[in-house]
Amino acid sequence: MPDLQIKKSSKTYDVCIVGSGAGGGMAAYVLAKAGIKVALLEAGPLYDPAKNVTQLKFPYESPRRGAGTSFRPFGDFDAAYGGWEIEGEPYTQKAGTKFDWFRSRMVGGRTNHWGRISLRFGPNDFKRKSIDGLGEDWPIGYEDVAPYYDKVDKLIGVFGTKEGIYNEPDGIFLPPPKPRLHELFVKDAATSLGVKVIPSRLSILTQKINDERGKCFYCAQCNRGCTVHADFSSSSVLVNPAVKTGNVDVIANAMVREVLTNEKGEATGVSYVSKEDLQEYQLSARVVILAASAGESARLLLNSKSSFHPNGLANASNVVGKYLHDSTGVAMGGVLPKLFNRKRYNEDGVGGLHLYSPWWLDNKKLNFPRGYHIEYWGGMDMPSYGFGGGIQGINGKYPGADGKLKAAGGYGASLKSDYRYYYGSSFGMAGRGEAIAREDNYCEIDPSVVDKYGIPVLRFHYKWSDYEIKQAKHMQDTFQEIIHKMGGDITWGVKGAEENYGLETPGRIIHEVGTVRMGNEKKKSALNKFNQAHDCKNLFVVDGGSFVSQADKNPTWTILALSMRASEYIIDEMKKQNI
Amino acid sequence: MDRRKYLKTLAIGTVATGVLLQSCAPEKKEETPDLSKINGGPDRQPNEIEHFKKVSAEKFFDAHEMATITILVDIIIPKDDVSGSATEAGVPEFIEFIVKDMPRHQTPLRGGLKWLDLQCLKHFNKAFTECTSAQQIEMVDEIAFPDKAKPEMTQGVAFFNLLRDLTATGFYTSKIGIADIGYKGNKPNQWDGVPQDVLDQFGLKYDQRTLDESVKFEA
Repeated sequence: MPDLQIKKSSKTYDVCIVGSGAGGGMAAYVLAKAGIKVALLEAGPLYDPAKNVTQLKFPYESPRRGAGTSFRPFGDFDAAYGGWEIEGEPYTQKAGTKFDWFRSRMVGGRTNHWGRISLRFGPNDFKRKSIDGLGEDWPIGYEDVAPYYDKVDKLIGVFGTKEGIYNEPDGIFLPPPKPRLHELFVKDAATSLGVKVIPSRLSILTQKINDERGKCFYCAQCNRGCTVHADFSSSSVLVNPAVKTGNVDVIANAMVREVLTNEKGEATGVSYVSKEDLQEYQLSARVVILAASAGESARLLLNSKSSFHPNGLANASNVVGKYLHDSTGVAMGGVLPKLFNRKRYNEDGVGGLHLYSPWWLDNKKLNFPRGYHIEYWGGMDMPSYGFGGGIQGINGKYPGADGKLKAAGGYGASLKSDYRYYYGSSFGMAGRGEAIAREDNYCEIDPSVVDKYGIPVLRFHYKWSDYEIKQAKHMQDTFQEIIHKMGGDITWGVKGAEENYGLETPGRIIHEVGTVRMGNEKKKSALNKFNQAHDCKNLFVVDGGSFVSQADKNPTWTILALSMRASEYIIDEMKKQNI
Repeated sequence: MDRRKYLKTLAIGTVATGVLLQSCAPEKKEETPDLSKINGGPDRQPNEIEHFKKVSAEKFFDAHEMATITILVDIIIPKDDVSGSATEAGVPEFIEFIVKDMPRHQTPLRGGLKWLDLQCLKHFNKAFTECTSAQQIEMVDEIAFPDKAKPEMTQGVAFFNLLRDLTATGFYTSKIGIADIGYKGNKPNQWDGVPQDVLDQFGLKYDQRTLDESVKFEA
């Protein structure tokens, strides 16, 4: 029997932050810079892409040639320690529904491998209920967040172009990279169909912004983390400088069990189990900030029951865990015959798309209420596991390098010639759309399952509605039109009604938000407009859980802006002795 | 490739200098990763190392199966005037590893190899490896072309499709395969747009706004 005593930290912190991703990293950065003493707890190990290097590795430096594993679902060099399934940390599903939950257990969280797509929410995105009557309006508007988007742009760096589109607000941009060849073809085709195509907006430094970070050297591998910190990850851009102030203690491998409260219902700190020694710890702080992800923060609150908070902490409204929603996703791809036998050159570019399509239509004229944006990819990528797969589906359809049509499949020198001939001609596109936040899409505590630390786990209940399915059909139709217009040949992704038009399983886009939503009405929301719990004034939630609605944008830039805004509010309230 | 094969290549004396230089590369053992040394890749987590060590210690294919695979992968990707063969690129070793890492490939490959041997037994009265090169090609021709294959060959077609895919992956992710395919990236550089001659080839140009607003590099 191991020693079961609880070790209490002798040090009392001003603020304890749970989670070191976009929300937690930003809070640590802002608070530490203001001289506040912070404990930053992270459920995974330390990580810095300058030290934990997978960048610039060739596929043969992986025995599986870059293929994914259950430990690294996005490929063997991907900067995510974790995945959809983590041994000993299960989650469950309810009533035959399905939600896939991605967790990165590491300093910086999912910002280490994310797509760097850094879009501001627009004015309409905060007021969707006023526009279409569905969901709920945010308690804040674009004008409240805009100054923080500006500050985030300047602090972190994002490239893009000023386009003057009302609901796609311009930022303070670094210059974007020029489009790649396939992107020029996409732009021509899509534009002629009325689909807007503009330079992408990614948090990658095309110019130096300070002496701490280098600039992009165009290896296309942001998902592996950047050794010169030229892209945004919370670990390199926020946590590192926060630690350098001397005001932050990072406590890695700390799996938080619950938020501790006193007899007045106020937060007093957290209890956690260390994954290193499996001992129990408690840590005291004046303020507790949850930034553990929409799922984990809801789980923590629901697991933090007390006589004062019998329904879980900050949950008198009973909304915690509800209104969970992820972006919709549909993808399609093929080959572009005019790119067969193309000239070779290095077209890696930045780690992501150089062009994208913001939502370009008016939903009032459509049979679904919310929009989507389109992401594009293709070209002469570095070969990796899967290279050349399924060539029998294409090499019987087109004359090869010798101008002759031959039987599909094959082998030998002729097949080798085909791999060369078709290399660099494939491309794809994906829609990322807004789903409606619904009360009956939720996570809750599973009454009978615990993880290996004894912490009750989440159980998900999530179904797409007709709104999302109709939106997916629109993506299908649009992608097919664009590809046909380009002169492309679709080789994958065409799906009919029986497969929900290719709509991905909820959770798969990893934009889940909404579980601890903010609002002006205490009965309908868990947080106020400063991410502060209605029921517990010294408790804040600064991850995607606080979102009221997701928008058809990637959530990270808004998480960063809201976390910065909440952190400044916390500093102010601490000064006023209100918390 | 081992020293003996390298000398044999020299002895044939029909290869161009450029190809010879490529053929020299395997001498330095750079073609295939040294699996025993790298814990299964850079920056591995403890559970990844544990998994790698476990699957690396196992052996899946027996000697006969591996001999069959070795012949087949070199039929799929032989040496030609651009680059070496699948075995020179370490494809059989890659396939042995990948079936342990991705067990879903095990039964299709093991069963497919067995299916192939039984076909050869029926037609030539011997296992695939014992067949003459001409007989091996005759058999492969039955399963390598999905649209032309006889109905009784569909299982062989599925097997060959899988083996072709794994061979292509193994080959084109190796050092000689990457050189063959002509991938030019994975190194620090400046992306200043599509080269002018390629734009010209497609009758394209960047519009003035793109030129004005995009990132610029000092010449």
